[in-house]
Amino acid sequence: MSDLTRAEVERVAALARLGLTSDELGKLQGDLNLILEQWAHLADVDTSSVPPSAQTIVQAMPLREDTAEPSLPVDDALQNAPARSGDFVRVQAILSEEADG
Amino acid sequence: MSGESLRRATATELRAAFQSGAATSRAVTDELFAAIEREDGVLGAWLHLRHEEARAEADRADARYAAARAAGAAALNALPPLLGVPVALKDLVNLTGTPTTAGSRILEGYISPYDATIAARLKEAGAVILGKTNMDEFAMGSSTEFSAYKKTVNPWATDRVPGGSSGGSSAAVAAFHAPLSIGTDTGGSIRQPASLTGIVGMKPTYGRVSRYGIVAFASSLDQVGPFARTAQDAALLLHTIAGADAHDATSSRSPLDAALLNLPSGDAAASAIRGKRFALPKEYFVAGMEAGVERAVRDAVAALEAAGGIVEEVSLPTTEHALATYYIVAPAEASANLARYDGVRYGASKHGGGDLLNGYLETRGRGFGPEVRRRIMLGTYALSAGYYDAYYVKAQKVRTLIARDFDRIWAAGFDAIVAPTSPQVAWKFGAKMSDPVSMYLADACTLPANMAGLPGVSIPCGLSENLPVGLQLIGKPWSEAELLSISAGYEALTATAAWRAVAPHDLAKLGGGAA
Repeated sequence: MSDLTRAEVERVAALARLGLTSDELGKLQGDLNLILEQWAHLADVDTSSVPPSAQTIVQAMPLREDTAEPSLPVDDALQNAPARSGDFVRVQAILSEEADG
Repeated sequence: MSGESLRRATATELRAAFQSGAATSRAVTDELFAAIEREDGVLGAWLHLRHEEARAEADRADARYAAARAAGAAALNALPPLLGVPVALKDLVNLTGTPTTAGSRILEGYISPYDATIAARLKEAGAVILGKTNMDEFAMGSSTEFSAYKKTVNPWATDRVPGGSSGGSSAAVAAFHAPLSIGTDTGGSIRQPASLTGIVGMKPTYGRVSRYGIVAFASSLDQVGPFARTAQDAALLLHTIAGADAHDATSSRSPLDAALLNLPSGDAAASAIRGKRFALPKEYFVAGMEAGVERAVRDAVAALEAAGGIVEEVSLPTTEHALATYYIVAPAEASANLARYDGVRYGASKHGGGDLLNGYLETRGRGFGPEVRRRIMLGTYALSAGYYDAYYVKAQKVRTLIARDFDRIWAAGFDAIVAPTSPQVAWKFGAKMSDPVSMYLADACTLPANMAGLPGVSIPCGLSENLPVGLQLIGKPWSEAELLSISAGYEALTATAAWRAVAPHDLAKLGGGAA
């Protein structure tokens, strides 16, 4: 596989919601290419008739009665919120006023 | 018991002393806090201490022992084995009212609003929780140098790393700051630091211990486990924390072996090695393995053989692909798990100015350290459109092949695999910080067991260049009691070995004294 370009690294950082400086992106581009180059041999492993495993210790999923149980009180759940409004977490507006109208 | 002997006592010895009244939990707790106070400025193992709560837990334990002593032997024996025994938690275990940082700035100021299942079980068992220990940020690293908070040194040599990611937990037990501690192991983060600090560390079978309330790294690999200075102590801690949990659907209902509570010891333990079949995988003696490490491991294998164990060399051909497979699967899962750190609901936040997207970018860009960013980037890339099949699905398929390699070993009738834990002894600070792949290679011998979900334990087996070497035992699913029994057997076989009498060289330096 060919090297990651600067544009691809920027795209991945945007997907990952990482706001990085130009220097940080440059360093990551070098690191990622170094790492991916080392992993290239995986492509040569014959897996044509091999199923993927999400887990290797597979157990029957337990069931429980579908009844409500007490959960974390709202005040406890919100104690770490950086900004709070009543029983809600306060966030920046997603839509502008023009878009609302 | 008093002073230094209290500080160095194992959990098993403490239990006996508490039962007889020869020592109190409060005295041990005070002694350990005094040692921490004197030495942690150098050791750097602890991120948070629970002075008041731990002393209250110790006093409650002492009251229960006193009442049981008055009621008779049956009442004493009915008390839970870790009642009054001090334990440390890696700082990714939620414990109500304590900071839980996972070694990251992005969780600075976060206070746990609930108990992880293992924390609740330790409280229920009456253990004394001393505090929380340092770690690589989000458990990503092999030296604890990626902690955003402090440097943890190896009590064997203060210019060397304690291993990682659970380096605070391993250093605390090795330096006699606690008889027991909790770690997590996603690719080797219990076994490797145990090896580098000369103690016992076990990664149980995937699903043996509930992950509820543990800060998640890679959910198909993460497992919680014990650090201790003996196999029996590790078994007691495992027995206390393990078992089915309604809050974690991957936790096993497979019954725990009661043998964990009373492993064979002495001659009985040593003679239990007789007839056991051990597989020695040639691929684990990797290029770059230090000669002294190989010598100590081969000596340990020879000791098992001399005790009647049957050792055969085997091949696990997919071992060479395990590192790449792991470093695709683990970062992919991490990139999804760490999406939750967005500065909205908890943790450090850079929201406020600008729009919501900008708040995410700033919070995450500034909150995560270099290794975590690297893994998030790798994982996001491996899961992104156009690359998903080539990387993530491919790695999932190779994982199947790795598991099949191990299945063949069990089908051939082996009881355990014996191998090195780490290709090298503890290295000097900074030696691997500029080359991420060199740091990843430190886990080459441990991460195949994670990929296959198997239990593994590292036990001390000698010294190389005067630094500890670990022997790794890997077992069938749910064979923790067997692995720890073999470990106890090896301890008995080597009880009088010269290397066992050597204490960590730099303990005196921790207190600011001359070495």
